Amino acid sequence: MSIKKITRESLGNWVDALIAKQRVFGVKAKGDRFVYDLLGDASELRLDFDVTIMPPKKLLLPQTETLMTFNKQGQYQSVTDAEPFVILGVHPYDMVAINQMDAVFQKDNYDKHYMARRQNATIVAVDIQNPSSNVFAAGMGTATVQDGFDVLLTLIGDSYVIDARTEKGEVLLADIAAAPDASATDLARREQAWQCADSFLKMHSLDCKPEELPALLGASYDSELWAERADKCYSCGSCNLVCPTCYCFDVQDDMNWDLETGKRTRRWDGCMLSNFALVAGNHNFRKNKAERYRHRYYRKGKYLWDRMEQIACVGCGRCISACTTKIANPVEVYNALLEEK
Amino acid sequence: MGCNCCATEKPDVYVPQAATIVRTEQMTELERFFEIRLDSGQPLGHGPGQFVEVSLPGVGEAPISVSSSADNNGTFDLVVRNVGRLTGIMHGMADGAKLGIRGPFGTTFPCDEAMKGKDVVFICGGIGLVPVRSAIQHVLNRRADYGDVTILYGTKTPADRLFVDELSAWAARDDVNYMETVDRADAQWQGNVGVITTLIPKVAMDPQNTIVIVCGPPVMYKFVLVELIGQNVPTGNVYVSLERHMKCGVGKCGHCQINGLYTCIDGPVFKYSDVADVQEAI
Repeated sequence: MSIKKITRESLGNWVDALIAKQRVFGVKAKGDRFVYDLLGDASELRLDFDVTIMPPKKLLLPQTETLMTFNKQGQYQSVTDAEPFVILGVHPYDMVAINQMDAVFQKDNYDKHYMARRQNATIVAVDIQNPSSNVFAAGMGTATVQDGFDVLLTLIGDSYVIDARTEKGEVLLADIAAAPDASATDLARREQAWQCADSFLKMHSLDCKPEELPALLGASYDSELWAERADKCYSCGSCNLVCPTCYCFDVQDDMNWDLETGKRTRRWDGCMLSNFALVAGNHNFRKNKAERYRHRYYRKGKYLWDRMEQIACVGCGRCISACTTKIANPVEVYNALLEEK
Repeated sequence: MGCNCCATEKPDVYVPQAATIVRTEQMTELERFFEIRLDSGQPLGHGPGQFVEVSLPGVGEAPISVSSSADNNGTFDLVVRNVGRLTGIMHGMADGAKLGIRGPFGTTFPCDEAMKGKDVVFICGGIGLVPVRSAIQHVLNRRADYGDVTILYGTKTPADRLFVDELSAWAARDDVNYMETVDRADAQWQGNVGVITTLIPKVAMDPQNTIVIVCGPPVMYKFVLVELIGQNVPTGNVYVSLERHMKCGVGKCGHCQINGLYTCIDGPVFKYSDVADVQEAI
């Protein structure tokens, strides 16, 4: 596999060449914040972003997607998204989240809708150049990443190290085959950038190792902290929506205007919403805010660990920024629980 | 992420298969019975205690317990309480109408494992009889494989009793100990009055040699389980079938989670000793 070094200017040319060939979603500015959106040309790309409003999961598990079409007679036709695309600019913590989501949708029952889109995606990860105000990836071990992506970009000085890790990534690099290979010095500088990220991307400091969280939560189920903090919760679900590891969904049918045909869609849902565990007959299995609030932390810090040995919090800090009442900081929650022990 | 061809070639776990209502009849004011046949001609291939997702185009899906054993001649039974949009529309459907079926999903009652050779006690409250009936039929169709068989059934009123002909048949059998009770009697009711827990002490149980199956409304479990533990039944001998909103049926959508468990793939049938410490379970 190739590891090249290219200037910022050549990177722009490379991106424009990619855009000419296929759909490229990249990070763009939106006001003073950043979003993933279809790139028109390389000048729109902002690899210096701190964090995007929504994680790249929206490109793999869209807010709304059609699972199948049907007619009134009850014939269903599965719909999968078959068009290849590139995601340009995925931070390591979001890459870790995508890796988790890949496992979830492959495991037990294969979800071909997610997996088709995932297999059609070529992911260009980028090491973090500017930290966001709430990132705590260093504490979660997600400030750098070594798998899941096809290409990794790392800024060193005025150039990028561009590292293809898969066949798909190698294909992307074909346009810059003439660029020089990254030197040992370049790679050493990249190593330094990684060490720097692993040490300093810590705006909030978790007082334990992430792998200690399952046991901490296991002993904290009856803590009063859940009710105290959830007391301020609006049950708005913002923390769910911006979370790169939240994948719960609802499924709904929509009839078309002809009232003969329609589609079955899946949409994001959130365990913080009051009706999430409601069943027919109006019985709500998680009717209190505190139960829902606790469930979310357990799902992140324990339940997914119990199934896949992964902590489903990658330290992006989006929930901290999104929460109106400032109760969503996982580090505050975990540190407070540690103090109770 | 491998090649570009695999995902599209895999089966879609969300697409239902076509099925037809063979026979339907009203059972109580709220519950309606449906006998269903898959249009493929294949049996559903379910085990006792599993559920299906019933699908109506333009309406959506609902998880419904299968109420018959797999011994039926290529058909399976559902009993649907009219409590929502999909179930309301189902109640208006006639013989020959089409619906979509996904599944079967979930775990089964251990009819061919733990229950074999043991005494079996079924404890059903209200529509809890619906999934348990699949196991009762399975057991009674292989009666010699089990020890004593006891069926306890409780409903709110006599009018809420389901499968009344079968209840009579079970009561008439010499090899089945059938007892029932209602919370509130009417003028005609001659039988027991009281909650279902009042029947449990009337069963002469050899706790170590008995497997107990429990299914009913959420509130029933707490009281029944306390009574069973009081009778020295080991928690590993008790199986419960739990209800949640199993929306996707395949362990993804998150709605049916009981703490870290997914009711749709880890349940709906759980060994009680496996969920006794799971706070949200009972």
